[in-house]
Amino acid sequence: MSILHTVNKSPFERTSLDSCLKFAAPGAAVLLIEDGVYAALCDTSAAALVKDALKTVKIYVLGPDLKARGFAEGRLIPGIGVVDYVGFVDLAAASAKVQAWL
Amino acid sequence: MSEIVKKFLYLNRKAPYGTIYAWESLEVVLIGAAFDQVVSLMFMDDGVYQLVKGQDPSGIGMKNFSPTYRTLGDYEVKNVYVDHDSLAARGLSADDLVRIAWEDVDTEEEVENIVTVIDRARGCELMAEADVVFSF
Amino acid sequence: MADMIDVDGKQLAVDEEGYLANLNEWVPGVATVMSKQDNLELTEEHWDIINFLREYYEEYQIAPAVRVLTKAVGKKLGKDKGNSKYLYSLFPYGPAKQACRFAGLPKPTGCV
Repeated sequence: MSILHTVNKSPFERTSLDSCLKFAAPGAAVLLIEDGVYAALCDTSAAALVKDALKTVKIYVLGPDLKARGFAEGRLIPGIGVVDYVGFVDLAAASAKVQAWL
Repeated sequence: MSEIVKKFLYLNRKAPYGTIYAWESLEVVLIGAAFDQVVSLMFMDDGVYQLVKGQDPSGIGMKNFSPTYRTLGDYEVKNVYVDHDSLAARGLSADDLVRIAWEDVDTEEEVENIVTVIDRARGCELMAEADVVFSF
Repeated sequence: MADMIDVDGKQLAVDEEGYLANLNEWVPGVATVMSKQDNLELTEEHWDIINFLREYYEEYQIAPAVRVLTKAVGKKLGKDKGNSKYLYSLFPYGPAKQACRFAGLPKPTGCV
């Protein structure tokens, strides 16, 4: 079983996502939550980094956090999955451990 | 009531919900507007996310203060500036942002939308012109 | 333990200053009960302001400051009503504090 990484900081303000993607092993899952969801959006200065990471890791975004911030799923980078709180738990249960990038 | 009118500039650089800065800033603006000052708001960096329309935090158990920005015109905020480069870096445009109307009841002067996208040079000027800059 | 008021046979929680604890529990009876506590009889003019405050909150998610309320009332209900003298004649404890309380709104931001 692999690791579930969670990132809750904006990629434009902190290096959490950068570091997470550097250390996430192929096959790992990355869940973007809270201000981390901004990294999942199209056409941002972080999009190239995220698209590149999608080649080796699975990336998810927490739906309620995306909705709270005013963005529809159509604004996401293709290949990113949307999960709800139950999906969050499922991802955690399917992983050996959860590593939070604060 | 204060005799000297000062130019207040509120500088907002944080995304909403993840931290308390956005809401705190908005509250201070609403309170400060009761004291007859010239108040402008500037949004840059992740602060531009505060103005994104269609926010709905019901699913994360937080208060939706996004509609409150639309009443800022009633609180004598006459200018809301948004940094162009910050929008561009986030794949956003003026169309993604709320519109804020302004009206002077006495003169019936109306501005349909006081949200203006500005470049860095203008932002620099506005900071220089302000008597006080409040950072959030 | 929160204080309670009895409205139409239901117990509703209020905070230490008498504001309704849960905005969603508001019914017109709340205003009636609270006005009786303040020895005030509600007229149509009072209800105009109470309903206005509820609509304002619904749209902007805040209770307006007094000067904002005054201006907005003048615009909506006529210039003769858009002054604090008129509003204070209806709500002697203050249009923001008393009318907002009757309307089930939180205490206005910036109201000391």
